[in-house]
Amino acid sequence: MKGRWRSLAATLASVPITLFGLVLVTFLIGRVMPIDPVLAIVGDRAPMDVVERTRLELGLDKPLPVQFAIYVNNLLHGDLGRSVMTSNTVWADIARFFPATLELATLAILMAMLIGVPLGVLAAVRQGTRTDQAIRVICLAGHSVPIFVLALVSLLLFYATLGWAPGPGRQSVAYEDMVTPVTGLLSIDSLIAGDYGAFRDAVAHMLQPAGVLAYFSMAYIARMTRAFMLDALHGEYVTTARAKGLSPLRVIWRHAFGNISVRLVTVIALTYAGLLEGAVVTETVFSWPGLGQYLTVSLLNADMNAVLGATLVVGLTYLVFNLLADALYRLMDPRVR
Amino acid sequence: MLTRRATLAAAASVPFLSYDAFADTPKDVLVMGMQIDDAVSMDPGEAFEFTGGEVSNNCYQRLVRPDPENPAVLRGELAESWTVSDDGLTTTFKMRAGPKFASGAPVTAEDAAFSLQRAVKLNKAPAFIINQFGFTKDNVDQRIRATAPDTLAVTVSEKQSPSFLLYCLSANVGSAVEKAVVMSHAQGDDYGNGWLKTTSAGSGSWVLRNWKASESIMLEPNPNATKMPKLKRVLIRHVPDPSAQLLQLRQGDIDVARNLVADQIKAAKSDPNFKLSSAARSYILYVAMNQNNANLAKPQVRQAIKWAIDYNAIQDNITPSTYKIHQGFLPEGFPAALTDQPFKLDVAKAKALLAEAGLPNGFEITLDHASIQPTADIAQALQANLGAIGIKVTLLSGEGRQVITKTRARQHQLALLSWGSDYFDPHSNAETFNINTDNTDAARNRTLAWRSSWQDKDLSDRAAANVKETDQAKRIAEYEKMQRDHQSRSPFALMLQSIEIAVMRKNVMDFVIAPMSDRTVYTNVYKT
Repeated sequence: MKGRWRSLAATLASVPITLFGLVLVTFLIGRVMPIDPVLAIVGDRAPMDVVERTRLELGLDKPLPVQFAIYVNNLLHGDLGRSVMTSNTVWADIARFFPATLELATLAILMAMLIGVPLGVLAAVRQGTRTDQAIRVICLAGHSVPIFVLALVSLLLFYATLGWAPGPGRQSVAYEDMVTPVTGLLSIDSLIAGDYGAFRDAVAHMLQPAGVLAYFSMAYIARMTRAFMLDALHGEYVTTARAKGLSPLRVIWRHAFGNISVRLVTVIALTYAGLLEGAVVTETVFSWPGLGQYLTVSLLNADMNAVLGATLVVGLTYLVFNLLADALYRLMDPRVR
Repeated sequence: MLTRRATLAAAASVPFLSYDAFADTPKDVLVMGMQIDDAVSMDPGEAFEFTGGEVSNNCYQRLVRPDPENPAVLRGELAESWTVSDDGLTTTFKMRAGPKFASGAPVTAEDAAFSLQRAVKLNKAPAFIINQFGFTKDNVDQRIRATAPDTLAVTVSEKQSPSFLLYCLSANVGSAVEKAVVMSHAQGDDYGNGWLKTTSAGSGSWVLRNWKASESIMLEPNPNATKMPKLKRVLIRHVPDPSAQLLQLRQGDIDVARNLVADQIKAAKSDPNFKLSSAARSYILYVAMNQNNANLAKPQVRQAIKWAIDYNAIQDNITPSTYKIHQGFLPEGFPAALTDQPFKLDVAKAKALLAEAGLPNGFEITLDHASIQPTADIAQALQANLGAIGIKVTLLSGEGRQVITKTRARQHQLALLSWGSDYFDPHSNAETFNINTDNTDAARNRTLAWRSSWQDKDLSDRAAANVKETDQAKRIAEYEKMQRDHQSRSPFALMLQSIEIAVMRKNVMDFVIAPMSDRTVYTNVYKT
């Protein structure tokens, strides 16, 4: 019991250290980047006095350690600064862009999990058969076809040709600005507002980008599930269960799958965390105003407050999911308890 | 086997498959797909990018404005008339009666004076356009003032060409904002800038209802506009991917696509459901040759490079509809712009010039360029063109701002760059392409000539003198002569001028891309 607490304390203690390291590295990368951050604010044509004044306002005349100390101090006071690209505080931007990504990533991981896990199990159970081969080909395509191709093909097929899905964006013109943001999750906010039409529109807009992301994630989850299951199905305890005359379904789902579920949780949690970083390409093709697009545009414009803020959110997300996976691992695996 | 559960799941998905909301856009709403992530502010005292400029242009009025049909002619917008004092220092504007802000208040000379004073005091990026007349935060209240409710006097520090001042006042930074409204939102000494970044307080035909950075912009009619829009709303959606813009246009989700690339435009041209509007923009694509490099400093080498470029092939094959060949420093559409093309591919002549420079076997050089298209393809074409005369070019591809940062620090050798005019007067480009009075690293005026470490005292002095020429005909003639001298002496291989093309659905009427950048107005647009 004492060891368990110590381990938990060590894990929690690593959080601020990891975050500090993340901020430090991102800060340094931002400062050594060959793009003048002042350019993003004043543009290419501004006269020297405006350039110099802005440089002073940003504190870029100070030595790097001082700039970093100021940033960390502000950070500790909850101030992430202001984005020059959007003119908003970075907090306000994150509050706007992150829910869009969260909504997409959550739907995508649910779809990926619900399809990928059964497919992986099926492939393992029918190892070497045509079913297995077919599933492996599907997964290979998901992994090897560039996601922008998947996204564009999806748009071409479901939106432009079949007309089954709405086009890029989070909502149709008819619902633009009709829903008051509460959580930032358009589907939830439209339900809160009691606007079923807006809800339907929001979900319909999500299905396609989420489907593309889900396909990509599903391929990975299915492959991992298959590998874990193959390993488990060859275990002696499975042979024993079969020898005891248990039904095949019980052997597969209760004994084999039950045993791999611990490892699968880690895979799924980290895949979800990866999706929450924001999928830049998918967000670009589907004009989805998510964190990935925000981070990329900010980076290309040397909008360092935005980059640091968004990176911190991504880092925190990873850490939280890592901790969550760790906790679930401890909870589900009796050997770790 | 079709289980009950599977049937239920399939049934549940039907509402989405039969989703019917993606009909055409409403008739009284114009929806545009556009890349709008360049916008950093909608305050006309600060906005200096394409998107912010176009939105401000629709939400604000200025004292004067170039005629949309013939930009070389200035027309009064808020000003009914103007006179210049005998000493040429003071221009007095008589304000037009009638224009009203969205609040219903009339636009007064006090509002116009405040707007210009505010721009000077804010001193944001575009402020230099009016600061070059000698205004500072300390003197602007005396030099720009309302002498009567309908009279505005602007006094410059030294005599300049009258058209120079007027063209500068016609820039976005010269927009009139409503003093009372803006100042009621002021915080500290920001003159309402924090508030006006995301909204509007103008007398144009439109009001900025909502701007979500990198997402959307919504405009609604100014109920008190002099000229009422025909539509109830304009919605500009950020669609970063041109392919997605084309798809949405085809499906009727957007009415106008603003950023299609050459291939897509070609396809759209042959589609009977679409029509196009295009106009030359004031953006010039050019190769800068840094004179810090000993080889590039030789006049014959600079000329050899200009004769080695296959302008026609680049324009035909890479930018058939989005750029046209242009070789003068004033873009077509500007007063005094030259449209003739003295340079064309002549490998023998280019080689001879290299030999004359003592470099018959060529030399090695780097070329910085932005990694986006069509710049990347043009850079490759340049590499092949220069390779044909023995100049071995190593391409250095980078993000756009990275390339600009490098050239601003004069660390490039060759660089493929573009330049958009800051305001609609020949001096805008004449200054930056010619004037360099201090070539040291500590120089205050870092023009394009400075960035290429190029000093030509004759052209530099002539550019500075010509802005003060009060005889417009003489001024124009001198700019034309300067451009020819510039072509033969400068380290700039001016290649192409950008063309802006909007592709729209057939039912969109009177959407016209205005000549010059960010001047497109939505007031007359309607849908059938």
